[in-house]
Formats: sequence, C-alpha cells, structure tokens
Amino acid sequence: MQKEHNILLGHGSGGRLMHELITEVFIKHFGNEILNDQTDSAILTAGSTEIAFTTDSFVIDPLFFPGGNIGKLAVCGTVNDLAVSGSEPLFLSVSFIIEEGFPVRDLEIITESLAAEAKKAGVLIVTGDTKVVNKSKCDKLFINTAGIGRMKKENLYISKALNLQSGDVIIINGTIGDHGMAVMNARESFNFKTNVESDCASLNHLINEVLDKYPVKFMRDPTRGGVATVLNELVGKTGLGIEISEPDLPVNNGVRAMCEILGFDPLHIANEGKVLIVAGENYGLKILEVLKNNEFGKKSAIIGRIVNDHPGKVVLRNETGGRRIVDSLTGDQLPRIC
Amino acid sequence: MKYVDEYRKKELILSVAEKLNTISKKEIVLMEVCGGHTMAIHRFGLTSLLPSNIHLISGPGCPVCVSSQHFIDLSMAYSRIPGIIITTYGDLIRVPGSSTSLEKERAAGSDIRIVYSVLESLEIAKKNSEKNIIFLGIGFETTAPATAAAILQAKKDKINNFYVLSAHKIMPPVMKELVKEGVKIDGFIAPGHVSAITGTGIYNELASVYGLGVVVAGFEPADLMQAVLMLAVQIETGTQKVDVQYQRVVHKEGNTIAQQLLNEVFVHGDDRWRGLGIIPESGLKISDDFSSFDAEKHFFVEIPESREPKGCICGQILRGLKTPVDCSLFAGKCTPSDPVGACMVSGEGTCATYYKYRF
Repeated sequence: MQKEHNILLGHGSGGRLMHELITEVFIKHFGNEILNDQTDSAILTAGSTEIAFTTDSFVIDPLFFPGGNIGKLAVCGTVNDLAVSGSEPLFLSVSFIIEEGFPVRDLEIITESLAAEAKKAGVLIVTGDTKVVNKSKCDKLFINTAGIGRMKKENLYISKALNLQSGDVIIINGTIGDHGMAVMNARESFNFKTNVESDCASLNHLINEVLDKYPVKFMRDPTRGGVATVLNELVGKTGLGIEISEPDLPVNNGVRAMCEILGFDPLHIANEGKVLIVAGENYGLKILEVLKNNEFGKKSAIIGRIVNDHPGKVVLRNETGGRRIVDSLTGDQLPRIC
Repeated sequence: MKYVDEYRKKELILSVAEKLNTISKKEIVLMEVCGGHTMAIHRFGLTSLLPSNIHLISGPGCPVCVSSQHFIDLSMAYSRIPGIIITTYGDLIRVPGSSTSLEKERAAGSDIRIVYSVLESLEIAKKNSEKNIIFLGIGFETTAPATAAAILQAKKDKINNFYVLSAHKIMPPVMKELVKEGVKIDGFIAPGHVSAITGTGIYNELASVYGLGVVVAGFEPADLMQAVLMLAVQIETGTQKVDVQYQRVVHKEGNTIAQQLLNEVFVHGDDRWRGLGIIPESGLKISDDFSSFDAEKHFFVEIPESREPKGCICGQILRGLKTPVDCSLFAGKCTPSDPVGACMVSGEGTCATYYKYRF
C-alpha cells in the first residue's frame, strides 16, 4: 500500500484493497495472536470460560429500506457475527453518531426497531454512547454496535475451518442477494417495480437449533462481498477447492431480474440474514431439514461441495454444464452500460 | 424468468451444437464485436461446445475499453477545475489514465458522481445551479440516443450548466477498418443492442463489398449458438449476407425515433479509439446547433501527451490480433482489482472476461 495515496471507496468494500489496508496498516500496528486470526469474532478467555467479542459499524444509505432500517441491521449484523462463531449472543453496546438536524422522530423509529430486534434475538443492550456532529460532518446517522457472546468449548473450532475435507456439503439458509438489491433499488434511481426486500434477520436461534442437533464444520455470514467472497476466503484458508452448482443457488426472481439487467452476479451481492454452513456429507440433508423448519430457512439449499480438484479456487457449474471461476468481488460492482 | 430461461435450456443448446458439428467443415474465424457477447460466450462456456474448426475472437465493442487515453486524461483534467461536477457511468471511474484515475481524483477531492442514466445528470444540474456539470458520454449507438435526449431536454428546460464530453462512437467504421487492416475474419457476430437502434442496413457493405457473413445475435447461450450456426451455414454454402438471429428485439429498420435523436444532436467525425488510433467518421460529435452543451467548446485545459500503459496490449486485443493470455501483464500485474489497461476494468472488457472465466 502506497502511503502517498488516499483512501478509496474500494478500501472499504471487502476485497483485495481492504485486505491490504487491514494487514499493512491495522495488523501492522495492532497485531496480536487473537487479532491475527481475523475471524468474525475474537475468541477470548476470561477465567475458565471463553467468550466471543465482535464489533461492527453501520453507515447504510438509505437509513430505511424495504425489509428493515439501520437500527434492525445494527443488531442483526453483530448478533450474526457472534452466532456464526458458534457463540450464544448475550450483550450489545450501541453507539450513535448523529448529524446535526437529524429528525428525532426518525431516531425514535430506528431506536424502536433496534430494541425490538434485540428482544427478538434475546440480547440485552447494556451500554452505549451518543455523539452529535456538525451538519455535513457525517451522513445523517451512523451506528456502531459491539457484542459479547458465551462460547461453548465444543464450538471453538467452528470459525477456524480446520476439519474440512472433500465431499463436505455447503448449505445456505435461503435466497441470496436480497439485502444488497433491496438497498440498491431504494438508493438508486432505478425504480424497478419489484417486491425484493432485505433479508435482514438475527440468525442466532436458527443456528442454535442446528448446533443442538448436528455437528457443523464451519459457518460464516455472507454479508458484504456476498457468498463468493466467503467461499474464496474459505478455499484460501484451507487450500481445498469448492464446486457450486448454479441451478441449485436459491435466488429470488426479482433479484435475478435486477442482476440480469444490471450485469451483477448474485454471488457478489450482500446478504444480512444468511449463513453459509459447511458440514459432513452425511449431515447435509439432516441440517437442511432443521433449517427448513425455521422461518429464516424455508428456502435453504445445498449449493455445493468441498472438492480436492482445483485447490484454492471456487468453481461454478452452470445450467449448460459449462464451468467458470467465481472470484471475490473486486471493488464495487458497477452496472453495465451497454 | 421469461425471455431468459427458454434461451438457456441445455437440450436446445446441445442440439444446435450437434447441428454445427455436422455442418461445419471449414476453418473459420468469427468475431463477436460486442463485449456483452464476449462475456456471455465465456460465462456459459460456449467455446467448449463449438467444433475445433470454428474460432471466436473478440472485437472492439466494449465502450469503456475503446475510449481513448486522451479522453480519460481530459476527463480527469476537467474534474480538477473548481466548480465542476463530473457525472459518469460507473465503469469509467477505475480506468487508469496516463497518471491517475477518476477514482483517485475523487479521493483527492474532485466531485465525481456515478449515474445510471444520463438524465440523472440533468437533475444534478438543476440542484447545483452554481456549478457546471460535465457528463462523460461514452458508448455506441446504444447509449448515444440517451445522451442526445438529455441534451434536447436540457435545451427545452433551459438548463445552461449541463455539458457533455462526447466520446460516443459508431460501429460500422471500426468493423470495416479491421477488415481493411487485414485481420482474418470470415464473419461477424454483430451486436444485438446496437442493431436494435440502427437496424441492419449498416452491415450491408461488409457483406456486399467484403463478402463477409454478418449475423445479429442476442445475448443468451442459445442465441449465440444459433448465430454461429447461421454463419457456419452461410460460409459453408458461400451465401454470405446480413441476417438477424435476434429477431425478438432487432428489426431491419431499427428504432427510428432513436435514430432521429442521434441525427438531430450529433454529426459524424474522426475519433480516437484506444489502441486503434484515429478512425475516420467513427465518432459522434455534438453538432454546431447544440455546441452550447459541448464541454470541449467551453472548458479549456492543457493535458500532457497521453501515454498508453507500458506493456499493455489492449490495442491488439481490441483488434482481435491477440488474446489476453498473450499479454505478459495478464492476471499478474493486471487484474480487475488493480487494472493496467481499460480492457481489465469493464465487466465486458475482453481481459476482465478472460480473467473472470479463466478455467
């Protein structure tokens, strides 16, 4: 990373630029054995118990979108980061950075949503902070949440992706790309007439139902950068390959149509209520059954497998039998112009 | 999804492939001119279904890729003028200029905004009456009518702070230029959306004078396979002509309303193409009647001589002479996240397509 350069939007989009920023600036100065793991949550030891600790900031524009608002999202994001690490989310902090002139009524609606989602997820908001900044010094409202979860010893391995092998199945709990496309349709001037809504949801209860019954080898929530980015991180970490099947990918028709028109790949679009689960071959259908019985897993599907072929690469097999590489998202996705 | 799923049916595609294998004997080179075609061919793995005697090469049909380095450098110089807002389609923002990119200029403080339609620029102009808005007009006969419509709208609404830097181009001169240059092409898979605007008459000379087959194709796998089959039949039987595979969208006479818009606002002029140099009568220049909207007539900046990136072979790739894998920078020094040449930036650029679907 060249020091004379400025930060680009791409440094925040989850791709290679962001990775460089984290390793060459943040890890360089903060680096320690817990942080260096770069998992969704830090796993900490306090006396004889392990806890998971994570934080996330929410700067979404617009603040209100079909399927949720920034308040609901601020709870779901942090709860899901804790839950996919295999922990039981318990406590959250909430900090508000508010632009001068922001309507109190909107703040109250957002706070109500935040409280309702926390209640639904079963987490307590136990501390917080409020800052107000001059007009135009931030964009309306930013929220940061941090969370603590109780870690069960038997789940400690989940975020490390240690025991993966060829044949393991990759499962997702429903349609992909809903959040990203709902927000984009609300933000940009496309005016697509579609009922696409954000999938924004706290998944801790769903994940708990799975973990109670069956062993899981790895979990991650495919947020920014989408499913493609998580799968690429996984093959990077394990040195294994992944093959996914395009006809098996659950994609809402509205999302599919918007992606076709704009030239986007649903695999790169953000989700806020999805978890990718890797499990042993024998548990695939059983986990699928548990997921499908939960309100947040009705359209769950097995979308692919871990393979020994093409190590380090994620390959998609399409409808016509052709195969292509699925890369991580590089920079922001841009609509096609021709 | 209607109009998509029926053209992706495996059985249909394989049956066309089977016919192709029976009919096609000659070694032939077909150029798909449009970047959208290149992307679809690789996305659906169609090359693996073609007989080994049919070779597809990519042409100069990606608007971002063919926009010259001079145009990119000029855009950046404009963005540094105080009080200017640049509006642009997203892909251009990451194209490296001679020294920097619009993305980096934006991080350094220039007001550069991505729009999805040129008409958004008019809204920005209305809301920022104290500033001047320059829209970077790129693309072929597909995007140019919208730019023309915006200029007409601006005139009607008396918006006097809206300008266009036009790098709009038209297709026929560059296709003819490649043939005249001696690039081995037996037939063209002609661009579907360009043809929807222009109609098919623009290709007549390629068939009648140069004896080439031209088939206008759609963008789904069955469309493209059928277009290749139609070209193979023409070439095998010596009946080269202009034909339309994409009949559900393209009509012989084209979209006459869009054509009127183009004729009203633009005139043809010589234009620079990346890697191809200046091609006579290949650009759409804003006509004198609308010169009050022409950025180049209002803003004057000095820019150093533009340099093509060292080692980049975009020009030869755009001419169909080389493929991305022939480039020493490909997938090493030049990747979508860190592009050296424009063909690696756009989602429809040949290099970006090869990178994404290399397998």
